[in-house]
Amino acid sequence: MKKELGIFVLLIVLCIIVSAINPNFLLTINLQNLARQIGAFGIFSIGLGLVIITGGIELSVGSMMALLGVLMSMMLTEWGYGVVAAVVACLGIGMVLSLGHGLLITRLNMQPFIVTLCGLLFYRGLARFVTNDETKGFGSVEGLDFLRFLANGNLFHVPMPFVLLIIIAAITWVVLHRSVYGRYLFATGRNPEAARYAGIDTKNIVTFTYVISGLLTAISGIIFAFYTNSVSPANHGNAYELYGIAAAVLGGCSLRGGEGSVVGILIGTALLQVLRNLVNLLGIPSSLDFAVMGAVILIGVMADQIFTERRIRRQVALMRETSAQ
Amino acid sequence: MAAQAPLLEMEGISKRFPGVVALDNVSLTVGVGEIVALIGENGAGKSTLMKILGGAISRDSGTVKINGQPAEINSPREASALGIEFIHQELSVLDNLDVAANIFLRREPTTGGVLKLIDRKRIHRESDEILRKLGLGISSRTLLGQLSLAQQQLVEIARALSAGARIIIMDEPTSSLTLTETRRLLELTKELKAENVSIIYISHRMHEVEEIADRAVVLRDGRNAGEIEGSEITHERMVRMMVGRDLKDFFKGAAGSAERAKRDVAFEVRRLRTLRYPSHRISFNVAKGEVLGFAGLVGAGRSEVARALFGVEEALETDVALDGKDLRINDAHDAITNGIYLIPEDRRQSGLIVDFNVRENISLPNLESYSSAKIINFTKETNAARQAIKAINIKTPTPEIRAANLSGGNQQKVVLARWLTFAPRVLIFDEPTRGIDVGAKAEIYQLIRKLASDGVSVIVISSEMEEVLGISDRIAVMHEGRLTGILQREQFSEEAVMRLATGTEG
Repeated sequence: MKKELGIFVLLIVLCIIVSAINPNFLLTINLQNLARQIGAFGIFSIGLGLVIITGGIELSVGSMMALLGVLMSMMLTEWGYGVVAAVVACLGIGMVLSLGHGLLITRLNMQPFIVTLCGLLFYRGLARFVTNDETKGFGSVEGLDFLRFLANGNLFHVPMPFVLLIIIAAITWVVLHRSVYGRYLFATGRNPEAARYAGIDTKNIVTFTYVISGLLTAISGIIFAFYTNSVSPANHGNAYELYGIAAAVLGGCSLRGGEGSVVGILIGTALLQVLRNLVNLLGIPSSLDFAVMGAVILIGVMADQIFTERRIRRQVALMRETSAQ
Repeated sequence: MAAQAPLLEMEGISKRFPGVVALDNVSLTVGVGEIVALIGENGAGKSTLMKILGGAISRDSGTVKINGQPAEINSPREASALGIEFIHQELSVLDNLDVAANIFLRREPTTGGVLKLIDRKRIHRESDEILRKLGLGISSRTLLGQLSLAQQQLVEIARALSAGARIIIMDEPTSSLTLTETRRLLELTKELKAENVSIIYISHRMHEVEEIADRAVVLRDGRNAGEIEGSEITHERMVRMMVGRDLKDFFKGAAGSAERAKRDVAFEVRRLRTLRYPSHRISFNVAKGEVLGFAGLVGAGRSEVARALFGVEEALETDVALDGKDLRINDAHDAITNGIYLIPEDRRQSGLIVDFNVRENISLPNLESYSSAKIINFTKETNAARQAIKAINIKTPTPEIRAANLSGGNQQKVVLARWLTFAPRVLIFDEPTRGIDVGAKAEIYQLIRKLASDGVSVIVISSEMEEVLGISDRIAVMHEGRLTGILQREQFSEEAVMRLATGTEG
């Protein structure tokens, strides 16, 4: 919990600084906007965080969202799918593609980086091909009110994507931090061999995690599609996987696997979105957007590393004392 | 070969780590061309002393003299400049480079002026020369990765010689060598001695020390416990000096096997063929309450048998029965469900998740039973861990300590503890006391005996002769994938085991 506390303090300090310099930060409309972004980005970031805890990586998130976005549009506007069928198909495709990633990684022992990098290229290309590189929207299709509400609506002034994020985060928290599956996931990520020697079916654990990530990506994808209301196959979701990875790492997930928490990922996502907001509000040239993010992530992870090593040293000292007694 | 002025004098060396005194006023002298064995239990301070000599850590007090001159050694590089070279327990060669590149690593002669190109001709010429001298029939162009462990170790020695070593520190050099390779290494140390190279030889293998050492320096609990010279160096004397008691005490209660072995067969391995030795079929059985030892040289295929029985390694053929019931074992989960458990050889890599705490490590395979609806009941889990910690006396202040911070013996107990939360029928120990100090060893032996008397069928794979002779009711011996024989208690002797292990019989 200490890790999360550190980055949480960073988040609060940033918020205070921004609101001191530009009080507009605290305007309801700005906060709502911020929460909406946090919601949409947070959902897939949780999935990515889980994958990172397995010791893997998922780079195809942005491309998959573009593919699912254009398919969603085409199913509704061109192929005459019903709304429910289209949503189910979208979620299904997300899960099936990720199942493919998981199987390639666990059954053929391919490296997650390679598998999902190919996914990144392949889904983007596919999205552009099926659309002839044309931007797709949702035109005047009836019955999309609920989906539009999910992306753009509020529940008691709280943006719906944020509400969804909180629900999903709560479920994931229980699964990751309180359930048998979560413990197995950490064990597998930390040391797959020792996990196998403890009788854990590591292959299925990892595969299942990719599928969950695919599902969460699909949910985020639907929200983004209706939030932007048009999906440009070449640009939609570009580099979103990097936002997810950054949020997870900021939140204490280790790329070596076996480490991370849902709360951490949430705070990491929030921090990233506050940073983007800050660049806007403080009149920093938007071309510096990525530079600011890069610098803050670096500092955050660096500070965390320093704290971790201190903590380990303290524990060793404690052991020495007890063994000396 | 008596020395004029000692080549190395370490005098009154002390080193404190937070909370513990690692070295307390320790002295060590080494003459020119002398082989000095440095022995002691794990944690006696051998490694710390050698790290100070090698410049890896600094001393708190004391002096180091080389040829009578005070020497300050603050880094491995400075040690190397003084002619002190380390042959590590874990090899430190780079297996993606060739032999010559390894021998000259960080000392590459260059040519081509500012371009600093490596003088390849020269390093190969000089490397080949040294290799010939060491009697290593390989080319300096061979990739390290293609050599056996023993050959790689000889390359390390070649590197030390080529760097102009006057003192070579060998830390457990034979721990992963076969018998022939060990012989070759021991011969080599004598040859080096003849060329006035001094050797500090750290080993747990008393026979080797007996054979080659001119003097044995014994450390105990960070202090000098005594020295033994020349022909006085015997197994018994060294062990007594190391531990302050007799080895025989360890195995009290090991006997009484005769009636046990006659009991009903519980665990039957009718046919087993491993991937490594596909042409050999293994079959044996273990009675309830029996300890079956598995002896053999490193690489004889014993661990492969254990891993296949536990389902973590694929086997070509398995026909196994427990209490007359046929078992299908496809993965570790199947083995665990049937009451067959493995305490693997490499506990840090396969046995434990070292970053998990003790509680999490103990509960891992049995997590379902501390959960309802897949949600872990933290109280149940902690209680089970506490119970296990108490039952087999794991030394940890709380169950929340990371397993990485425990000593080797306590880590081994954690691995055992997790299986004791089930009701074990068959327990397979693979090198249960490797890297564990003498005190913890005795406790592990007691646990093994206790489990057997509770009716568990125990298999103990061990490369240590005293261990396998002391703990077993019967000993199965393997040689290159073949089960060459099974000895009854009355047939036990080092010679009998060795004959079967080297394949000279059976």
